[in-house]
Amino acid sequence: MTTQTLPAETVATTGAVELTNVSRWYGNVVAVNDITMSLRPGVTGLLGPNGAGKTTVLHMMAGFLAPSRGTVTIDGHPTWRNPSVYSTLGLVTEREAVHGYLTARQFVTACAKMQKLRDPAAAAQRALELVEMTGAAERRIETFSKGMRQRTRVAAALVHEPRVLLLDEPFNGMDPRQRMHMMELLHSLGDRGHTILFSSHILEEVEQVAGLVQVIVAGRLAASGDYRKIRRLMTNRPHVFAVRSSDDRRLAVALIAEKSVAGIEIEATGLTVRASDYGSFTRALPRIALDQGIRLHQLLPSDESLESVFSYLLEG
Amino acid sequence: MSTVAFITARGLFGRRRALLLLPLPILLVGLALLCRAYDVSPDQWGRAVIVGLGLTVVLPVVALIVGTGVLGSEVDDGTIVHILTKPLPRRDIILAKYAVAATVTTVVSAVPLFLTGLLAGSAKLGAALAVASLVGALAYSALFLLFSLLSRRPVLVGLVYILVWEGLLGNFVSGTKVLAVGQYVVTITDKIAPTTMIESSVGLTTALVMSAVFIVLGTIAAINRLGSFSLAGETS
Repeated sequence: MTTQTLPAETVATTGAVELTNVSRWYGNVVAVNDITMSLRPGVTGLLGPNGAGKTTVLHMMAGFLAPSRGTVTIDGHPTWRNPSVYSTLGLVTEREAVHGYLTARQFVTACAKMQKLRDPAAAAQRALELVEMTGAAERRIETFSKGMRQRTRVAAALVHEPRVLLLDEPFNGMDPRQRMHMMELLHSLGDRGHTILFSSHILEEVEQVAGLVQVIVAGRLAASGDYRKIRRLMTNRPHVFAVRSSDDRRLAVALIAEKSVAGIEIEATGLTVRASDYGSFTRALPRIALDQGIRLHQLLPSDESLESVFSYLLEG
Repeated sequence: MSTVAFITARGLFGRRRALLLLPLPILLVGLALLCRAYDVSPDQWGRAVIVGLGLTVVLPVVALIVGTGVLGSEVDDGTIVHILTKPLPRRDIILAKYAVAATVTTVVSAVPLFLTGLLAGSAKLGAALAVASLVGALAYSALFLLFSLLSRRPVLVGLVYILVWEGLLGNFVSGTKVLAVGQYVVTITDKIAPTTMIESSVGLTTALVMSAVFIVLGTIAAINRLGSFSLAGETS
C-alpha cells in the first residue's frame, strides 16, 4: 500500500468534527435529539440499531442535511451550504449509486479533477492501489460486484486524502475477505491521523475496527467513549434463553448449580434461563446436558436482537 | 470541457433514454419529406408540421428529456452525491449541466427544424427556426433543470407544463401566453422569416425579454436550490 501521508503537524491540528446540541426533526418526528459529539483523529464507530438516526447524523456532518437546531462544524467551519469543506472531507454513502458507464479509473480520476488536484492521474492511481482495485481499474463500474463498487467508491472518497472520512454502513454487502480488507484500510488511515467515522448496526464490526464508539439509540447519544467499557456494559446484563429438552425439569435442576445461571423458570413450553454470562452458559449447557443424558431440542437466545441490547444500554 | 460537463454528457448518452431523442426529429423531417415527395403545397402542411409538431412537441419534449436527463436522473439514482461532495461552487455545477443540456437540445431540435423549414419554404425559414430553437432550448433547459431540483418527478411536472400550461391554457387563456416559452419561439421565427404558416401572438420584445427572464431566473433558482440539496435522512 502506498499513500502520501499528510504531514503529522497538519493532521494533529485538523480534522476535528464537532456537533453541538444538534437536533434534526421532520415535521413532528424527531430523528436526532440534542446530540453533542466531537470526533478526533482515529477511527470512531457510530453504532446504533436501524432507524436510530445514524444516517441523519452522518448526512448532517457531511453537509447534506441542515440541522434543525445546533451546529455541525469541521475544523470550525459549518458543513451546511459550504462546499469548501469537501476539500477536507470524504463521504461514502450507504446508497451504492455510481456512474456505472465510467471505468473505475475514469471515475476516480474525475473525482480527483473535481477536487482540483495537481496530478489527478497519479492521485487516482494511489487511491486505486489503496483499495486494491488497480487490476480492474479499466473495467466499467457497472460490471463490478457490490464489494468492488464499494471499494471504488472508497477510492473516490479518498482520492484527495481527506482529513475526515465518513462512511455509512461501509461493510454492507461485502464478503468476509473484502470486509477484512476494508477494516485494515480504515485502521491504517486512522493510525495515520485521519479522522474516520463509520456507521454500523453490527456490534462485531465496530469491535474489530474502532477503539472509540458513539452509540445512538432513538436519536439520542446513548453512550460515547472507549469501546471496551461500553461492551462490558452490554455483556454484563443478564441474557435470556429459551431452552427445550427431552427432560426440562431434570435439566433445570442440573442447570441451577451452574454458576453462570442466574434464574430458571419452568413453563409448559420449556425453560426460560437467565444467564449472567453469555459465554460461560453457552459452553456449560451442552456439557451438563451430556452428563445428565438429556437431549437438547432447542436453544434460543430470546433477547439477542440488537435493539434489546441498545435499549438495555439506554436504560443503563 | 469541465469534468462535470464530461460526466453529464457521458451520462446522457450512456443511458437508454438518449434513444428517446431520435424518433421525434426523425418523424418531423420524415413528414416534411413525405409532403415534399408528394408535391403537397407547404401552405397545407407547413403550419401543422412546423408549429403543431416541431415547435409545440419536438422542441419542448427534446428539451424535457435532455433537461431532466442531465440532473434529474443523477438526483434520482443518487450519483449526484459524487459531484456534490467536491469543493465546487454550486454555480459551476449548474452552469456545466445547463451548458450540456442547452447544447444537446439545440443540436437535436435545431437541425431537424432547419431541414423542415428548408423543405417547407426557404433557407431563411429554416434559419429562423434554428435561431428560435436555440432561444427555446436555452429557456426550456433552464426551466427543466430547475424542475429536476424542485420535484422528485421532474418529467411529470415538465409534461404538465408542456401539455397543460402551454398546450391547453395557452389556447384559451391569453395571459398564459406571456409565460409560455413556446410562444416566444413562434414569435422569434415569425419575426425573422414571416410566412402565412406561422402567426405570433406576443411581441418580439416580450419574447426576448421573457426568454432572458426564464434563463436567468431559472438558473439562479437552480443554483440556490442545489446549494441546499439534502439527502434523505434514515435510509434503513
